[in-house]
Amino acid sequence: MRKRFEISVEDIEPQMDEVLKTQGIPSDKSPPEKVKSLFQESKDIFLKYSEPVGIISDISVFEFETVYRGEGLNEKETPLDEILNKADNLVLFALTIGERVSEKIRELFKTNDFALGCMLDSVASAGTDKGGDVLEENFFNLLSKKGKVNLQKCILRFSPGYCGWHMSGQKKLFEFLNPEDIGINLTDGFLMIPLKSISGVIVFGDKEIFNFDDNYPFCSECTTHECKDRIRKLFRDLRPEKEKGGR
Amino acid sequence: MDILKEISENLELGDFEKVSLLTKKAIEEKIPVEKILKFGLIGGMDIVGEKYKTHQIFLPDVLMSARAMHAGMDVLKPFFIREGMPNSGKVILGTIQGDLHDIGKNLVGIMLKGAGFEVIDLGTDVSPEKFIETAKKEAAYIIGMSALLTTTMPMMRKVVELLKKEGLEDKVKTIIGGAPVSKDFAQSIGADAYGYDSTDAVESVRKLFNQA
Ligand code: B12
Ligand code: SF4
Repeated sequence: MRKRFEISVEDIEPQMDEVLKTQGIPSDKSPPEKVKSLFQESKDIFLKYSEPVGIISDISVFEFETVYRGEGLNEKETPLDEILNKADNLVLFALTIGERVSEKIRELFKTNDFALGCMLDSVASAGTDKGGDVLEENFFNLLSKKGKVNLQKCILRFSPGYCGWHMSGQKKLFEFLNPEDIGINLTDGFLMIPLKSISGVIVFGDKEIFNFDDNYPFCSECTTHECKDRIRKLFRDLRPEKEKGGR
Repeated sequence: MDILKEISENLELGDFEKVSLLTKKAIEEKIPVEKILKFGLIGGMDIVGEKYKTHQIFLPDVLMSARAMHAGMDVLKPFFIREGMPNSGKVILGTIQGDLHDIGKNLVGIMLKGAGFEVIDLGTDVSPEKFIETAKKEAAYIIGMSALLTTTMPMMRKVVELLKKEGLEDKVKTIIGGAPVSKDFAQSIGADAYGYDSTDAVESVRKLFNQA
């Protein structure tokens, strides 16, 4: 299965607090009016100019091992090394919001509207990341239709450049996925163009397989320990609202 | 109120239209342009930088002030055409070869300009040779390099090595920054300084000039 998703921009609209956090504004303080209106204005531009599109493609564990080995530059032991063989299903993914928002950001900086340009950049980055969540959901729904989903199952995505998977892993990933047809190209330095793009693998399997510790040697340099949050979220109820038993 | 103080205060508020008008007014009042630049505009940006460092204001506030600073500078520019805008020193800035990220580098450039430095921004994907060629041509004392990817960081080492090879290490100093870059990495490649963020960049650049 190889599937392209034209994503509605409203589905990846980021929340104000998550964007302001990336601008160094703490969420426990109410932001000044000026900042709120900057956020609103950049969100409007984001909604007007982004063109989110994503792609997912099935890959077997065997095939993925080649992709994951990449150029041989990964860390010795990684969370994915442990998870892979226990996974039920894998898909490679790539997603972009296109070049137009980045053009708009450059334009704003050129005309000295730095605050709006910078806020738009943060909105666009958060939106791109949210696009990854939408692809995860779409994949989950496809599996659900096939009757593969139950309360013990969940999904998590991983990207080259994170958690011991070297950036150069994108080379093999691109060779297998060919996201060029959704407009993403890879440079020799493993940079995706458009800039606001993400890539990686989405793993589906038993919740327990994702319960790894954040104590790999490279974790000492990790500033976010984001895995902890992501693992915590996995243990939430993923069934559609109507199927959840209310109290 | 003293018009220079008024310029500085409106700059703090990020009111670029008012700063532009007040700068024009100050010129009409025959206040020397150097004084308007130093005490009105750069003075205002210094206060903004300090408030940002001590978390009294946020990044968007700083950037609105920077826009106001540019609006004032645009009014002053024609008066400096012959001898050029006075500045605290020249910095060549760019994102290293193979990398196209520019927001961080842009923010550093904005803050350096706000502190009175002349910034020559070479953009993104800048080769080591281009950095050095421009530094020589412009007689700049500092090369600032940005990298957001571990895969492009090694290119920064090449700039430092090329400077040494050409015997320029005393004439041109290097400062590096970007998410995966660290002080340790800067030391390991022989760069002269590292900047954690845009305010840190200004401090480090000032230090390098003071040591010159
Ligand atoms: C937002 C973000 C994204 C966004 C947008 C990217 C963009 N820049 O447009 C999205 C979600 C799209 C994204 C995608 C990816 N990202 Co990303 N991303 C980030 C994140 C969280 C913030 C980057 C940012 O915009 N910062 C805001 C700006 C203002 O800060 P800055 O550039 O760092 O600049 C400041 C300082 O560094 C300093 N500075 C900068 N330059 C200079 C220069 C000098 C001279 C000085 C003194 C100071 C200085 O001052 C600046 C102002 O304060 C960083 C992690 C991080 N904490 O930084 C990862 C990060 C850059 N991403 C990373 C990765 C791996 C990726 C992907 C490859 C993941 C993937 N496979 O999908 C892709 C690649 C995208 C592509 N086009 O190829 C890695 C790179 C690590 C590596 N191994 O090289 C990072 C470091 C995360 C990590 N693993 O720790 N990313
Ligand atoms: S601590 Fe950081 S690097 Fe380590 S697994 Fe978690 S997210 Fe990845």
